Amino acid sequence: MSRVGVVAWNTFREAVRDRVLYNLVFFALLMMCAAILVGQISIGIEQMVIVSLGLSAISVIGLLMAVFIGVGLVSKEMDKRTLYALLAKPVRRWEFLLGKFGGLLLTLCINTAAMAAGLFAALYYVKHSLERADGIALVAIYFILLKLALVVALALLFSCYTTPLLAILFTAGLYVSGLFVKEMRGLHSETMAPAAQALLRGLSYILPNFENFDVMASAAHARHIPGMLILQNTAYAALYCTIVLTAAAVIFSRRNLK
Amino acid sequence: MTDAAIQIENLTKDYPHGFLHLKTKRSLEGLTMRVEDGEVFGFLGPNGAGKSTTIKLLVGLIFPTAGTAHILGKPISDIAMHQDIGYLPEQPYFYDYLTATELLDYFARIHNLKAAGRRDRVTRMLKKVGLETARKIQLRKYSKGMLQRVGLAQAILHDPRVVILDEPMSGLDPLGRREVRDIILELKREGRTVLFSTHILSDAEMLCDRVGVIAGGTLRGVGAPDEIVGIKAHGMEILFEFAGENTAAAALLSKATRTGNRYRLQIDEGELYPTLEQLRSAGARILSVAQIKASLEEYFMHLIAADRAQAAAVDVSGK
Amino acid sequence: MNRQNWGPVLLCAVLMAGFAGVWRLQQRIDVQREALHQEKDDLVLRSGPMLKAMSLEYAPLMADLYWTRVVQYYGDKNVRHDENFELLWPLLDVTTTLDPHLLVAYRFGSMFLSEGPPSGAGRPDLAIALIYRGIHANPEYWRFYEDLGFIYYFELKDYQKASAAFLEGSRVPGALVWMKVLAAKVLEQGDNADTSAFLWNEIYSSTTDPQMKQNAETHLQLLRVDADCKQLDMIVADYRKRTGHAAKSVHDLAASGLLPRTAVDPLGFPYVLDADAKAQLNPASPLVKQRRIYQKPLAGAAH
Repeated sequence: MSRVGVVAWNTFREAVRDRVLYNLVFFALLMMCAAILVGQISIGIEQMVIVSLGLSAISVIGLLMAVFIGVGLVSKEMDKRTLYALLAKPVRRWEFLLGKFGGLLLTLCINTAAMAAGLFAALYYVKHSLERADGIALVAIYFILLKLALVVALALLFSCYTTPLLAILFTAGLYVSGLFVKEMRGLHSETMAPAAQALLRGLSYILPNFENFDVMASAAHARHIPGMLILQNTAYAALYCTIVLTAAAVIFSRRNLK
Repeated sequence: MTDAAIQIENLTKDYPHGFLHLKTKRSLEGLTMRVEDGEVFGFLGPNGAGKSTTIKLLVGLIFPTAGTAHILGKPISDIAMHQDIGYLPEQPYFYDYLTATELLDYFARIHNLKAAGRRDRVTRMLKKVGLETARKIQLRKYSKGMLQRVGLAQAILHDPRVVILDEPMSGLDPLGRREVRDIILELKREGRTVLFSTHILSDAEMLCDRVGVIAGGTLRGVGAPDEIVGIKAHGMEILFEFAGENTAAAALLSKATRTGNRYRLQIDEGELYPTLEQLRSAGARILSVAQIKASLEEYFMHLIAADRAQAAAVDVSGK
Repeated sequence: MNRQNWGPVLLCAVLMAGFAGVWRLQQRIDVQREALHQEKDDLVLRSGPMLKAMSLEYAPLMADLYWTRVVQYYGDKNVRHDENFELLWPLLDVTTTLDPHLLVAYRFGSMFLSEGPPSGAGRPDLAIALIYRGIHANPEYWRFYEDLGFIYYFELKDYQKASAAFLEGSRVPGALVWMKVLAAKVLEQGDNADTSAFLWNEIYSSTTDPQMKQNAETHLQLLRVDADCKQLDMIVADYRKRTGHAAKSVHDLAASGLLPRTAVDPLGFPYVLDADAKAQLNPASPLVKQRRIYQKPLAGAAH
C-alpha cells in the first residue's frame, strides 16, 4: 500500500475509533420518526418530505463532520505533536496531506452510504415500493459527497496555516458564500462602479460554487438530472479540489513546525 | 577519512518574532559540527540553547535559514535519507487510540517494510524495549516511561544507521533512565551512530564518546567529556573514618571536613600516597579515594553566567 | 535554491490553469442547471413577516438580496420571453416587508405588476395594493401617488380615480406642480396622448432603475410613432388633395415637398405606407413587435 494509502487508512481508523460515526444512530432515528410521521400526515407527498428531509440531514451532518474533523486533520496532529515522529520518516508532506484527505473522505463516504441506506429504507417503509425514479436521490447524494470533498479540501488548506477556530470560520464562510455565488454574479446596484462589478463577477467564478451541487428540488420531485451535469459537477469538484490541495501541499511543505 | 555520519555546516535558524512577525530571533548561529560514524554524541546545553532546534533541522521538521547538513552523505532536504535515520521527539505523543503494535505496524508500513517480516520486526522491537506485555493496550493508557519506550521502538524499528534522540531521558524516573541508557548502549554496540540531546550531565558523561556544548544558539565546544572541561584535576579526595585522637594526624584532620567520625580530605595528587601512608599509620580507616574533576555541571554554570553577563553588558551599552 | 522554488511555481501554474478550467466549467454547468428548471422559481419562504423575524437585524440586507432576486427574476423572464410572472408579487411582497423604505421596489412593482404580459404580470390590483403599502410606510414620498394615478390612467382607464390620486399627491409637500394640473386635465379629457407622453417622461427622467427606464423609453417611442403616423396620415390626405391620387410611399411625399425630410421612427427606420396609404411602421423596425405587445388587451383587468 502506498504511503498515502497508509496514512489514509490510519485517518479512517481514527475517525471510527473516535466514535464519530455514532451520528448514524441519530440519523437512523430521525429517519424513522420522519417516516412514521409522514405516514400520518398525508399520502402523495411522502416522496418529497422524506427525500428532502433525508437529503438535508445527510448534507448537514456531512458538512459538520467535514468542517470540524477536516480542520482538525492537521492542527490536531501539530498540537499533539503526533506529527513529529511521522514526518521524520520517509514520507513526504504532501503524501501526508493527501492521506489525511483520503481518510476523511473515506469516512464521509461510508457515513453517507449508511445514511443513504437509511433514507431508502424509510422511503420503502412509507411507499411500500421503490421505483426507478427514486434513484434520483442517489444522484443528489453523490452531489452531496462531491460537495463534502470540496469542503474537506478547504478545511485542510486552512488548517495548514491558521488556528483551528479561524480555519472553521474561513471554511464555513466560504461554504456560505459559495451558496450565493449566483446572486453575486448578478448583483444589481446602480451605485457600484463597473470596475467593482467586474471584480465581483470575477470573484463569483473563482469562489467555490456550492450551489452547483444543489439538486434537492429535483430529487424531491423525482425529476431527471442530466448525465452531463453529473460529469460536469464531478469535473468541477475534482478540479477545484486539486487546486486547493496543491495550495495546501505547497504551504504545508514550507511550514516550520514549532 | 570516513564520511561523518552527521555533518553540519554553518547551520543557522532565525524565527519570526514579535508583532506582525517583523523581527527575527536567531535561535541557532553558524553551527558547524561532525558526528562520526558509530559514536555516541551528546548534545548538551541549557534550555533554549538550540539543541532541539538543531535536531528538528536535521530531521526536517523545520527548515534552515542558512547553512547545510548531511546525514550519511545525503543532504537533510532529501527525504530518502529518512529511511536511514530514527528520531525520537521530545516528550513524545502518539495516536492514543492505537495500541503499541498498531502504531509500530503503521510506522513499519510507512517505512515500506514488507508484510512478511513486519509482524516479526514489530514484536522484536517491542520486546527489545520491554513493552511486549503491554503491546495490546491503547497508548492512551501508557505512562510517560512507556511512551518513551514506544518512541524508542519506532525510532529503531527500521534498523536505521543513525539514531537521533531529543531529550530521551526527560521526565523519567531513575529506573526509566537506566533502561533508556541501556538501550542507547546497546545501540552503540550494534554499531549505530547515536546523537542525543540532554541537560542531564551525568548521563552525558557516562554514555558519550564525545559531547558538544551549545548555549545561546552557538556551539561552545566539542570533544570528549574530559576534554571539554580540560581536566583541571583539582587533586584527590580521601574519605576516611577516624575515631579517637591522634596528634600525628592532627594537621591532616584539621584540614578535613568532619561529619561525626567521617572525614573528607582534599589534597594535591602528588601528595596522595604519603597522605594515605600517614592516615594508615594513624589508624584511620580509608573509605574511598577519588579524583576531583571539574564536572560538566560547573562548566555549564560558568557558560550560562558568562552569557548572562554578556547579555547584560549589551543591554547597558546598547541603550 | 532550486528546490525551494518548485513550490510557488507549481502553485502558480496550478492556480492559473485550475481557475481557468473552473471558470469554463462553471459556465457549462450554469447552462445545464438552467435546463433543470430547478427553480430559483421556487420561493419556498413566502411569509414576509417570518423572514423579517428570521433576519434579525439584517432585514435591510436581506431586502437587498431579495431585491436583487426581483430584478434578476424579471430580467430573466424577459430575456426568455416567458410570460409567467407569478413569483413577482411574492418576491416584492417579501422585499417590501423586509425593508418598507426600499422605494424603488414599490415603483418597479407598480409598473411591472400592472402592465400586461409579456412585459408584466397583468395584475393592477396587486400593483395598487403594493403602492398603498408604500404610501403607508413612506407618506412623504409623493411619487407614489403619481404611480397610483398612473395605474388607474393606463391600465384601468379609470380617469376619476386617476385624477383623485394626482390630486391627493399634489397635496404632499414637495410635490411638483404638474400633479395638480394633471389632476384637472385627466378628469376633463381622459385618455390623451400628451398626458400619456408626459407621464411616461416623468417616469423616464425620475427613475434610476435601468429596466424601468427602458420600459418607459419604449412607451415613449411608441407614443412618438402614434403621433408621427397621425401626422403622416394628414400629409397623405393633403397629398391626395393636391395631386388627386394616393401616395405610394413616403418618397412620393418627400418628392412633393410636403415632407421636409424622410420620416423615420425613433429607432431610425423610415416609415412606410401600407396598401390603404396609411402610415405604418417599417416592418424591419423592432418597434413593430413592441407595438403588438402593448396593444394587446389586458387580461383580468379590474374595473
